[in-house]
Amino acid sequence: MEKYDVVIGLEVHVKVRTESKMFCSCANLYGAEPNTLVCPVCMGYPGVLPVPNKEAIRKTVLAGLMTSCDISKFSKFDRKSYFSPDMPKNYQISQYDLPFCLAGNILISGKRFSDREPLPEKSIGITRIHLEEDVAKSTHFPKSSGIDFNRAGGPLMEIVSEPDMTSADEAYAYLTVLKRIMRYADISNCDMEKGELRCDVNISLKPAGRKEFGTKIELKNLNSFRSIHRAIDHEIARQAAELDAGAPLSQETRGWNDDKGSTYLMRVKETESDYRYFPEPDLTPITFSDEEIDAIRAEMPETPDAKKQRFIENFGLTPYDSEVLTNEKAVADYFEKAATKSSNPKQIANWIISELLRELANSANEISECPVPPANLAELAELINKGTISGKIAKQVFTEMFQNGGSPAAIIEAKGLLQVSDSSAIESLVDQAITENQAQVEQYRTGNQKVLQYFVGQVMKLSKGKANPQMVVAMLKEKL
Amino acid sequence: MSEQSSSFDLDSIANLARLELGETEKDSLRIDMEKIVAYVNVLSELDVEGVEPMAHAAALTNVVRNDRADASFPREAFISNAPETIDDELIKVPKVIDVGV
Ligand SMILES: [Zn+2]
Repeated sequence: MEKYDVVIGLEVHVKVRTESKMFCSCANLYGAEPNTLVCPVCMGYPGVLPVPNKEAIRKTVLAGLMTSCDISKFSKFDRKSYFSPDMPKNYQISQYDLPFCLAGNILISGKRFSDREPLPEKSIGITRIHLEEDVAKSTHFPKSSGIDFNRAGGPLMEIVSEPDMTSADEAYAYLTVLKRIMRYADISNCDMEKGELRCDVNISLKPAGRKEFGTKIELKNLNSFRSIHRAIDHEIARQAAELDAGAPLSQETRGWNDDKGSTYLMRVKETESDYRYFPEPDLTPITFSDEEIDAIRAEMPETPDAKKQRFIENFGLTPYDSEVLTNEKAVADYFEKAATKSSNPKQIANWIISELLRELANSANEISECPVPPANLAELAELINKGTISGKIAKQVFTEMFQNGGSPAAIIEAKGLLQVSDSSAIESLVDQAITENQAQVEQYRTGNQKVLQYFVGQVMKLSKGKANPQMVVAMLKEKL
Repeated sequence: MSEQSSSFDLDSIANLARLELGETEKDSLRIDMEKIVAYVNVLSELDVEGVEPMAHAAALTNVVRNDRADASFPREAFISNAPETIDDELIKVPKVIDVGV
């Protein structure tokens, strides 16, 4: 038994995808020239009046519904005061006691990093989701920092989890599932490199079995899911060593240094009252009726989890295959289109997982740019099932479709790849193989059944892969 | 420090507001702030049993805008308000180590 219980909660900031910023009509856009997407409102000039972006609020409520949260019928915005050069107003418009979404949960599944064994499914609570404005982006130089305010004032959700996770693996799985949900509902792309998803980790250790939590330490500056996993593992070991040595831990914020693979002290944490929250006087409260919440619920896409279950039930997929296919909504949609045109959905799943996804990865293409439409993949699979081509030839046809487009039938026609099912043609190939390999014939006849495979190979080679394999085997057995 | 009987911690409030105060300033501010707090405390005499906390002074809700982007401010005009810049593109500030929401 482990000496300490690990308690982990995550605060995830997700940039909401909208056309304009949260409280002004500057474009909410990544990659523009620095400080070109700013105006008196997002720069907090005196006398301006912010007005909330309806779509950002709708997407936040949608995020809440996708994570089984209760949607507040009455919410408001509050001012959170602190000083930072990346925050123009010296306060951030956020939500304190009445956020849009409360008390949800998501089901996590995934794999352990150490042995790739599946994690047990587990429900992780979502404490709240609130909407706030983003801060600016700082670039650090040796003697100064430079601020680009384009990002400042953009709509930003903060999704706070319950302290329900107990390992780096679970935190990683939670983030993976959360990101998938946000992408399914088109709330955000969650591209960490673009700052569309940022994650802070709260982590504490306590002696195994004890009820009271230990000292909570916050980890920041985490740039990828991988570094979050590493930082948590490192911090568990560091805190355990401190506790072993009898050193008291203090509530602090630590940064992650990805190159060194260790955390460092950033600052001793402020207490909540230091932020002096108070209701934002420039903004009115936001209310929702049951009908309005139901209207948003009606637009909710199927959750990844529901889709995974449906694929297992309707198409007979294994849980693993279903998980792979529902990881990205676009892949799931592709599968579903092809599978409904096919007599064997399981076969379509195999083709997507083993061929299509590999080709896409090799060509660095998204599935949305896939040169093989779902109908063509379904057609290819049917041609195998009808015995028009062998599985091996089908792979050749697939590669051709992927590289140069075209329908399977047209490619088979143009390249003369039609399967040979004419028994006299096969018979002559079988005879040729037997005549040319007398030594192996002897082996087979003295009882070595394995040699049959050798003959199948020879005949397939003579036919350039086009002979019908079942017919070849039957005829070989007969003649040998 | 002897008069630290106030209901607030002046030094910590000054620190949060990034104000550096001299002793005489502190004394006069403390007297003013005590008066303010006492004045606001009158409210605590009211019976608010069963009264919903108010979130806004105006009886308005749902003042929102549609998600439409429009032109921003010209950068030259915005940047001209900054004491220092980096390449006329970024606002220059003293080196920041700890950033973040
Ligand atoms: Zn603006």
